Amino acid sequence: MPEVFRFYGGVHPKQEKLARGAAIESAPLLERYTVPLQMHIGAPAKLLVQKDSKILRGQLLAEPGGFVSAPIHSPTSGTIKEVSTCLGVTGTQWPAVIIESDGEDKAADPLPPIADWQNADPEILKKRIAEAGIVGMGGASFPTHVKLSPPPDKPIDTLIINGVECEPCLTADHRLMLESPEQIIKGILIVARILGVKNIFLGIEKNKQDAVEVMMEKAKGTEIRVCPLEVRYPQGAEKQLIYALTKRKVPSGGLPMAIGCVVQNIASTCAIANAVIDGIPLYERVTTVTGTPLVSPGNWHFRVGTLYEDAVRLAGGVKEEPAKIISGGPMMGMSVYSLQIPITKNCSGILLLSPQEVSQYQSKSCIRCGRCNDTCPMQLMPGILSIQIENERFELAETWHVLDCMECGCCSYVCPAGRPLVQHMRRAKTEVIARRQAAAAKKNS
Amino acid sequence: MNALLILLGTGLLIGLAIGLVVKFVAGPSDPLLDQVNELMPGANCGACGYPGCAGYAAAMVKQEAKPGACPSMSAESIASICQLLGVSEEKRERKVAVVFCSGDDDKATRQAFYNGVNNCRDAMQVAAGAKTCTYGCLGLGACARACPFGAIEITAKHLAVVHPELCRACGKCVQTCPKKLIRLVPASAPIHVFCSSPEKGALKRAACKGACIGCRKCSKEAQENQIRMNGFLAVVNYADPPAAEVAAVCPTGALRGNIPGGKAVVRQEEESNA
Repeated sequence: MPEVFRFYGGVHPKQEKLARGAAIESAPLLERYTVPLQMHIGAPAKLLVQKDSKILRGQLLAEPGGFVSAPIHSPTSGTIKEVSTCLGVTGTQWPAVIIESDGEDKAADPLPPIADWQNADPEILKKRIAEAGIVGMGGASFPTHVKLSPPPDKPIDTLIINGVECEPCLTADHRLMLESPEQIIKGILIVARILGVKNIFLGIEKNKQDAVEVMMEKAKGTEIRVCPLEVRYPQGAEKQLIYALTKRKVPSGGLPMAIGCVVQNIASTCAIANAVIDGIPLYERVTTVTGTPLVSPGNWHFRVGTLYEDAVRLAGGVKEEPAKIISGGPMMGMSVYSLQIPITKNCSGILLLSPQEVSQYQSKSCIRCGRCNDTCPMQLMPGILSIQIENERFELAETWHVLDCMECGCCSYVCPAGRPLVQHMRRAKTEVIARRQAAAAKKNS
Repeated sequence: MNALLILLGTGLLIGLAIGLVVKFVAGPSDPLLDQVNELMPGANCGACGYPGCAGYAAAMVKQEAKPGACPSMSAESIASICQLLGVSEEKRERKVAVVFCSGDDDKATRQAFYNGVNNCRDAMQVAAGAKTCTYGCLGLGACARACPFGAIEITAKHLAVVHPELCRACGKCVQTCPKKLIRLVPASAPIHVFCSSPEKGALKRAACKGACIGCRKCSKEAQENQIRMNGFLAVVNYADPPAAEVAAVCPTGALRGNIPGGKAVVRQEEESNA
């Protein structure tokens, strides 16, 4: 029996992984794709095409706007119908290009495949990852090549691959591990070669025993150590996963590279292998479309720019009117009010909830029970913080490390008074960051 | 009984001690500063850029600041302070804040049900609020709570409205509104375009019956350059504002006068206490 790993705090929500048995299918070609120009953290990409220009699948649509940025490639061949905006998950308009497909889906010349990646120069591999527009596909969408370029004073000795998928309802990473294990293993070894590390962990929660077995089998003969993890949310959060596997703690406000770790998502490693070995840039990802109102929940290979509406249609449409639409998983996903939102590189799931599953309640005063303190994986004090934030005391919230909050939602999940704790934290984080930026701008001027 | 006596005695002793310290330890007070302090509005809104009214008064007495930076002060008080300090008075135009949105519950549609924190800035974190018009007033009262003068009312139909006679143009609401709907404009302007959406007319009309649909009737009716078109949105030129009669041509009622007279409704906290 192998060792089982865990971290502090967390909760154990119902899993509801409805689509765990549904093999990944390829989504049929659509007539129209809406590709947002910012699908990553950092500088927005610079548009290279104009209205009415003809494009091919995999052709560069926009180039990176800086080092911390990523290019965007066309999901299919066709014509640029319009350069305008689209609704994003934040509820605001994002700049986007609307592509009208010509139905031929003709591919542009792929990037030259690097077949001999085992012996290739790490710099060339890293350059390829940047060219292919790969970002963290677990949700944060941080450009991968930046993560793989640690400063020289921060040596990396451990690579952690995140196959945890601790969010309830989502099954995209699970299916990917079952269906493309070889590609994932190759991707992991490419990342390991770039970083020059020998210490590689692959963390998978125990509720995916089949994936653990497949990955253990495929990882034989490599340095990859497949680690089954106790099922507990948010095990897949970067800092929690690092602690569970290595017992190292990321300092407050710091990045994993401060303690010599790099964490990569399973979907990203698969995309890395596709980009390096086959020369295919990132314009497609696996997304779970799930929820009880859907006729047939499942997992699909969606091109970037597919509207949620089309994804829901592919899942058989709805049996009953959903009460809530969530982009991502139920714990950390964003609530949205429209299906006219495109799938981006970091969209791991689309979740529909029926009226019976969505509870409406009035939030009450904090009763100081302290359950949020026990459950916060970052060991913050969400209840007390939320009271201060309600009174707009953001300086105090900052000194109490509100920026360490990752909005995992454990505190709101356990709060018996139904307080909107995460919303308070999110507000405070925005205000604190805005204040810091204002202070920095003042200092520079 | 004993407890009461001890408590009273302690209170008296401490009170006496404080009184003595104030009398003998504190330095001599500046009579000029006291007089200026008397004339300050006392709202401590911070619009002058100093830490509260006392800070600004001290700066004025030291001749570091000029009277008139305080938007809340009445004209008489400014004149008196100028006289006290022996400086000349600078004339300035009175401004008021205006919430440039007409979308109350009757006019604007909603596309989601929001059940989160009752504050616009919090609601912005959840898909930018529930209104169909992404530019519109959320009506959750962040500006009303920020206003030190109780000049902003959240109507029963969830729209923020500034009562111009109470507004002192401190600008707190301007900074607070997450949708950037509030601006300070000259109080003399009789009419405003109560809409901030740059979308096309038909789209706006579908989301809100009170929106400016960009029909240009007002810009033709008004004299040249009094109302300019900014895409699909009419914008009043506050350097040369149009006459109040122009508002009659507006088909949606987006162009209209500020609400006349009336008393601002008490602030939300007071309301909940009552």
